[in-house]
Amino acid sequence: MFKLSGYNFKFCILFQIIFVLFFSISAFAAGEQKRVQKHDWTFAGIFGHYDDAQLQRGFQVYREVCSSCHSMNYVYYRNLAEEGGPGFTVEEVKVIASEDIIIDGPDDYGEMFERPGKPSDTFVSPYANQNEARASNGGAYPPDFSVLAKARSTLRGFPWWFVDLFTGYQEQGVDYIYALLNGYSEPPEDFILQSGMHYNEYYPGNQIAMGQPLYEESVEYADGTVASVEQMAEDVSAFMMWAAEPKLEIRKQMGFKVAIFLFVLAGLLYYSKKKIWARIEH
Amino acid sequence: MSKESTYIPKSGFSKWFDQRLPLPRMLHDNINAFPTPRNLNYWYTFGGILTFCLVTQIVTGIVLAMHYTADAGLAFASVEHIMRNVNYGWLIRYIHAVGASMFFLAVYVHIFRGLYYGSYKAPREILWILGVVIYLLMVITAFMGYVLPWGQMSFWGATVITNLFSVIPVVGTTITEWLWGGFAVDNATLKRFFSLHYLMPFMIFGVVILHIWSLHVTGNNNPVGVSVKEKQDTVPFAPYYTVKDAFSLVCFLILFAWFIFFNPNILGHTDNYIMADPLVTPAHIVPEWYLLPFYAILRAIPSKLGGVLVMGAAIAILFILPWLDTSKVRSATFRPLYKQFYWIFVVNCIALGYLGSQNPEGLFLVASRICTAYYFIHFLLVLPILGLVEKPKPIPESITKAVLEKMEIRNMKEKSAEA
Repeated sequence: MFKLSGYNFKFCILFQIIFVLFFSISAFAAGEQKRVQKHDWTFAGIFGHYDDAQLQRGFQVYREVCSSCHSMNYVYYRNLAEEGGPGFTVEEVKVIASEDIIIDGPDDYGEMFERPGKPSDTFVSPYANQNEARASNGGAYPPDFSVLAKARSTLRGFPWWFVDLFTGYQEQGVDYIYALLNGYSEPPEDFILQSGMHYNEYYPGNQIAMGQPLYEESVEYADGTVASVEQMAEDVSAFMMWAAEPKLEIRKQMGFKVAIFLFVLAGLLYYSKKKIWARIEH
Repeated sequence: MSKESTYIPKSGFSKWFDQRLPLPRMLHDNINAFPTPRNLNYWYTFGGILTFCLVTQIVTGIVLAMHYTADAGLAFASVEHIMRNVNYGWLIRYIHAVGASMFFLAVYVHIFRGLYYGSYKAPREILWILGVVIYLLMVITAFMGYVLPWGQMSFWGATVITNLFSVIPVVGTTITEWLWGGFAVDNATLKRFFSLHYLMPFMIFGVVILHIWSLHVTGNNNPVGVSVKEKQDTVPFAPYYTVKDAFSLVCFLILFAWFIFFNPNILGHTDNYIMADPLVTPAHIVPEWYLLPFYAILRAIPSKLGGVLVMGAAIAILFILPWLDTSKVRSATFRPLYKQFYWIFVVNCIALGYLGSQNPEGLFLVASRICTAYYFIHFLLVLPILGLVEKPKPIPESITKAVLEKMEIRNMKEKSAEA
């Protein structure tokens, strides 16, 4: 196997030099945007899994607050009852879907018509198209939520991006969303805010078109949880993570099986290799 | 290939077959019985790992192509369709996306192993040049593949790279528009990139066959860099290296699986989960990590044409490397000065990679200029001069001698440890 011989040792020293070098360069590159804190998520880490109750609450926040502006075009109602999701029953999903009105068609007479939603429909979109969405929001397009939790990030900087490779920390996007939802405040006195914009500590440039979306008791949770801003922000962020990565639980579970298989196979091969190579001097 | 065949057909059928198509004989001589230096270490297992990577990319790619739609309006949604609705689509796509990174990780280890042990020196110049061709094809294939999901980084990466051709005097704009199939990166560009992305892995496969053919003519280099002299210097490839390569491959797969199952998106850019929008430029346009050193070189040069030429030269210089290194000694083990310059070169390349991910301003720009200059100094000054001034350490007479010597030292150490 690999021995720590002279040049491996040298490699270690060189590696440390690089480490220190990069660290010192990174120190110059600090940004002005407020750094997003790491939040504690149930789905983080190698044992991560979604909290069904949290996803259901998050869905409620999305539906009652966010969905008036933000679409979720790649998510189907049926996904809500699928494995690794919020754990609604098929019957519940049928009811949820039927509460939305879908514009379907054209029918046999060439007319578009309205019908209640079915589990096989994608979430109904608040706007007919991007232009309508922009027109209704002062020119700003409220982004689609389907993969947003994977489409946002935070500035990690060295050495964190390197550490992340081996810790499996992939929650930068959802951390950012959570921070953003809690990041509304009055602008500092010397800050010039453009009209129609809102101050947010975490948004790049600190001016965001979206007004503060969540206030205390914006929703009344079905399970009786107190609807503080932090609670709703956390729940809806988790829900968005699920929407972006619905196979996360299945993926991590399969990862364990694969890892066990590979470790056993590696062990068997290691001893086979030892046995075969024992035949000659090496 | 020039060696005597050791294949003995066992049954009547295999005798009959051998006289008509000696395929089993070819496989036997080149896989089972192929004489391989007995002292290859684990750095030499990456050739096998790379073959595995290529096959994995082709197989997963073929399945992805069954569900993917190469159309500017539909591509992004079709990738999400794969991730959400196709059975195990998420797995196949993550294998393919992470696989690209793993492929490059392995190829860099493979290339740097070749640099350390002087595997490019006579008689392996063609073997080395074919390797550089494979690497170049890999870069082009990976770049085109990255465009296919039609995210923001796909689109803007394609825009930046295709625009490089516009610096060619007189015909630059014409060539760029010809590449695009229009006046901007658009649907036509996406479609041709998809077509070429599907074609190029098979071209790589062809060059890989030539690469292995050439390897089997010259035989493997080895950590002491002494040519094979007698039969006892070698062992048959099977079972010695099949089992060693297999063990190494499975260890590599553990890393591969870690990224697929627990960290699949860390190696990509988050902006690629935003659908391409020609009207919105991302704050920072960066290529994937494996192309960052070249990106740093490109941006280190103040003129656009100069940057493109120097970046091209950074790869082109690898083609003439066998003639730049004037030392007759292959392995860095016996070249005390080269060994140190080798590690400086490695650090320089990693530094270029880091600088490629940063904005080219202030200290970063100064650093990337220094590193770019050093990249070429290494090839154009250090290597030619070192061979003339360096006094190599005594070189073992044969591979077997070197192995036995190493064993003796190990045994002595063990004994002294016991005492």
